[in-house]
Amino acid sequence: MTIWYALCDALGGEMFSMTFMKNALLAVLLMGPLFGLLSTMIVSGKMSFFSDALGHSGFTGIAIGVLCGLAAPTYAAIGLAVVFALLFSFVQSRTNQSADTVIGVFSSTAVALGIFIATLGGSSFTKFNKYLIGDILSVTPGEIAMLACVLLAVCVLWIFASNEFFVAAVHPALAQSRGLDVKKTKTLFTVCIAVVVTMAMRWVGLMVINSLLVLPAAAARNVAKNLRQYHLLSVLLALGGSVAGLITAYALGCSAGATISLYLAACFAVTFLLRKKAA
Amino acid sequence: MHTHGDCGHACCLKIEDLSVRFGTDAVLEHVDLHMHCGQIVALIGPNGAGKSTLIRAILGERDYTGSITFSTCGERQRLRIGYVPQSPTFDRGDPISVLDLFCACTGKRPAFLRPGKAARQKVLACLANVHGEGLIDKRIGALSGGELQRVLLALALEPMPHILILDEPLSGVDVEGMDRLMQMLDEIRKKFNLSILMTTHDFSMLDRYVDKVVLLQKTVRCVGAPKDVLTSEAFRQAFQMGGGAV
Repeated sequence: MTIWYALCDALGGEMFSMTFMKNALLAVLLMGPLFGLLSTMIVSGKMSFFSDALGHSGFTGIAIGVLCGLAAPTYAAIGLAVVFALLFSFVQSRTNQSADTVIGVFSSTAVALGIFIATLGGSSFTKFNKYLIGDILSVTPGEIAMLACVLLAVCVLWIFASNEFFVAAVHPALAQSRGLDVKKTKTLFTVCIAVVVTMAMRWVGLMVINSLLVLPAAAARNVAKNLRQYHLLSVLLALGGSVAGLITAYALGCSAGATISLYLAACFAVTFLLRKKAA
Repeated sequence: MHTHGDCGHACCLKIEDLSVRFGTDAVLEHVDLHMHCGQIVALIGPNGAGKSTLIRAILGERDYTGSITFSTCGERQRLRIGYVPQSPTFDRGDPISVLDLFCACTGKRPAFLRPGKAARQKVLACLANVHGEGLIDKRIGALSGGELQRVLLALALEPMPHILILDEPLSGVDVEGMDRLMQMLDEIRKKFNLSILMTTHDFSMLDRYVDKVVLLQKTVRCVGAPKDVLTSEAFRQAFQMGGGAV
């Protein structure tokens, strides 16, 4: 961290002279590539609604964690999001209802349960606001280290399993015929998203976190012709949007998560106008 | 890429006494079928006759009783299957090139990195089998139905299988495309001496390209040269009583 702080000081400027801004900048530099990578697979696998629901279940987990008086409710939330993801996969494989219906069922149940627990016994909901809006400036060096570990883990996963993820996401039947275990791949990826979404929720905010998981790849898809361009653009857009969002949020005194999302939405608008002609 | 050596008809896929049940319903009963290398075999039958179920069983996606064995020169081997699914659909917006798809399906190296020269050459060699070298940098979503079918055919041939299975490859293809595809399959089976099993509802080209026709309706009703099967009593019965498309 000392090296990073020295580096920020070298950058100069009043903005990055404060420790919390240095931390926040490092956090978004790690989060950008993380969300950019995950985003490519979520959009290819048509899972954008699902990742939204996972965030909701994370909220329930935090409510339960706070209720039980846990010091770090985030771990409870991660645990619950993973359980939620596995339960969802199980129900999905045993029902003939369409995926969006099952997601809707789970998502609304999770939110209702979260609010129910949070307001139990007349307690105030205000303490949960920070999870809804998110506060990137509250990130601590310990959490940044955890973020770095998760990013590293996702990169390793990508190097070893992204081929299988992709074939399973774009054409499950083809993947199956080539001997891939589609269900296992999907579950692994789902758990991965559950962990990342829940962890990042309190910095980005539950209400906008899904935009970070959908917008980078959605914007990249407008113009990318192959997987290489798709990944590169998605990661770069997420990174650029995050840094620009943080700086703007500091200057205007607004929520960083929302500002980042707006930058990414602007990227989508621009690439939409530049999109390849449907060929 | 390698061929299986020229062992003539010494290599053989044997399906013996195969039965498949869904709960208490018997979908397939006592199916016996032999296929030799270099043969094109067409599987026909009315809708619901169990054609897809038989293919699923061969692919190992369905539980069955009985046996499916493959042997070359009398030696039993693990069966390697190339499969071309029916009317495959990709999202039109998927930013995946043909090269990416091949790398993701056949390579260890992550497909989102720049593929090496050797990998590109290998994919070109695969595509040459279906005269599709020009498609390598196209987006999957931008391919026409026929082009996509050729790409998936090339993909099914890597790694080289013992048997190639195509599910309804002729549905939705015009007469010209049908001829082109059948000629290509004919070339492939000669070049690699592999057996090809295809299901079809189109009987017009059987006589010209297919060595053997299997009429399936819960079990094998009739098997033999196209001419013989198409004029058989079993064929007439199956398609009158079954009400399937002729």
